[in-house]
Amino acid sequence: MNLLDIIGPVMVGPSSSHTAGAVKIGQVARKLIAEKVMRADIFLHGSFLATGKGHGTDKALVAGLLGMAVDDPHIPYSFEIAKKEGLEFHISGIDLGDVHPNSVKLNLTGISGKKIEVIAASVGGGQIEICEIDGLSASFGGDYPTLIVNHLDVPGRVTAVTSMLSKKGVNIAGMKLYRTVRGGEAVMVVECDQEVPMEAVAWLEGLEGILKVTYLSLK
Amino acid sequence: MYKSLAEICETEKRTGLPFWKIVQEDDCTERGVADRDSFEQMRAMYHAMQDADEQYDGSQISASGLVGTEGKKMQQAREAGTTICGNLVAKVMEKALKTGESNACMKRIVAAPTAGSCGVVPAVFLTVQEEKHFSEDKMVEALYVAAGIGGVIASRAFLSGAAGGCQAEIGSASAMAAGGLAYLMGGNAKEIANASALALKNLLGLACDPVAGLVEVPCVKRNVIGAVNALTAADMTMAGIFSKIPPDEVIDAMRSVGRSMNEDIRETGKGGLAGTPTGAEIREKMAHI
Repeated sequence: MNLLDIIGPVMVGPSSSHTAGAVKIGQVARKLIAEKVMRADIFLHGSFLATGKGHGTDKALVAGLLGMAVDDPHIPYSFEIAKKEGLEFHISGIDLGDVHPNSVKLNLTGISGKKIEVIAASVGGGQIEICEIDGLSASFGGDYPTLIVNHLDVPGRVTAVTSMLSKKGVNIAGMKLYRTVRGGEAVMVVECDQEVPMEAVAWLEGLEGILKVTYLSLK
Repeated sequence: MYKSLAEICETEKRTGLPFWKIVQEDDCTERGVADRDSFEQMRAMYHAMQDADEQYDGSQISASGLVGTEGKKMQQAREAGTTICGNLVAKVMEKALKTGESNACMKRIVAAPTAGSCGVVPAVFLTVQEEKHFSEDKMVEALYVAAGIGGVIASRAFLSGAAGGCQAEIGSASAMAAGGLAYLMGGNAKEIANASALALKNLLGLACDPVAGLVEVPCVKRNVIGAVNALTAADMTMAGIFSKIPPDEVIDAMRSVGRSMNEDIRETGKGGLAGTPTGAEIREKMAHI
C-alpha cells in the first residue's frame, strides 16, 4: 500500500473494497494466467457473497478479468462485454472458512486450456491480497512484478532464484517462503522492483526441483 | 509509510520540515519517484475530486432508488439562506452529499480513503478553498497531510468497514480531513495529529450497517457528519483544545473497538440500520428487483 492508495485511487463506485478491489483481483488473476481467459468460475465468500450484488462485485470481477482498469466507466456493463468477447462465467457462493470476509475463489481456464485457481481478498481501500494459487499459500498484493515459484523443499532452491535475479539486475522488494511439510512442496513469493525477463522465467521452469513458475508482470 | 503520528511529530522537531513534506519524502522513497512527480500525482487527485464535485447531476438516482437529489436540495437550502449552519458549513454538507451520491450512482470518484467515505475530504477541502482562497499548491500539501494520517491509521488499524466498521471509513476520513484542515489553518505536526485524534474519537464505535448491503443508506449522509466533525476538530485544536488520549493511542483504540465488533455490523448488511424492520423490508424488495 502506498500514499496514492490512501488518497486514491480514482475509481468507479460504489465500494473501494467491493468494487475497485474486485476489479483489481480480476486484473491480477488475468495477469497470472497470462493469456486470454475463456472460462471463469467465480465463488464469492463472506461479505463478498452477502453484499456483492449491491456493490457490483460480480460485475467488477468480470471487468477485471476482461482487463478493465478500476476507473473504467464500462465496469457496470462488463457482463454484456464478456459475452461479446467470448468469456463464459459462472458466479456462486462458497464458504472458504477462516479467511478475510471479502474473499473470492477464481477457477480460470485460458485460451490454450491452461488452468489456474486463485484465492484472493480485498483488504480495504482498493488493496488486495492474493492468498493462494493452485492450493498453495502465496501472500502478495499485486503491486510489484512478482515471481511465484513452486518447488521442492530441498537446499539451494532459494539461492538459484535469487542469484538469477541478481544476474539480471533485478532488486528484490519483498520475499516470502512457505512449505506444506518439511521436505514436501514449497512456494517462494518474490516481489521485485524491476520486471523479470521472460527467458529467465523460462530458465527457472527447467531447473531441477522447480515444479512450477508463475510470473505476475505489470507490463 | 509511517507507523505512528508521534514519529512524524518527532521528525518535524528534528528536521524542521513540515508534516506534508515529511510524508511526501517518505512517499518518494517508497515509490521511487521524484518530488515533482509525486506532487503532480497528488495534484491530479485534487483535480479528480473537483471533477467529481462539478459533474454532480442533481437528477441522478442510484440503481436501487435509495439515493439521489440530496446534494441538490442542500444546495437550494444554502442558496436560500435558510440553514442554521450558515454558508460555509452548509456548503461542506452539500459537497459531502454530492460526492457520496455520485459514488452510489457508479460515477468516478476518488477513494479517500475508501469509496464509501469519498465525500468527506473533498467536502472540507473544496469548500475551504472556495471560501478561504487557499492556493492550489497549499491544498495539495494538505492532501499529503491527510494521506499521511490515513497511512498511519492503515498501519496501526484498518480502513475498511468489513474489517473495522464505519469508524474505519468515515472515522478515518474525518481524521484525515481534520488534520489537513489544521494544517491549512497554520497548525504544526502536533496540532495536525491532535485534530485527527479529536475527529476519530468522536466517531469511535460507528457501525457499518448499510441497508441492503449497498453503499447508500446511511453511507451518503454519514459523509456529512464526517466532514462537519472534521471542521469542529480543527477549530477546537486551533483554539488550543487538546485530546487527553495521545493520537496514536486513539487509533489503537479504534482498532480494538473494530476487533470487538460483531460481524453483523461490519459491512455484512445484517445488523444496525440494515437490520431494522424497514431496512429488512428494503433488502427484501431489492432481492426481487
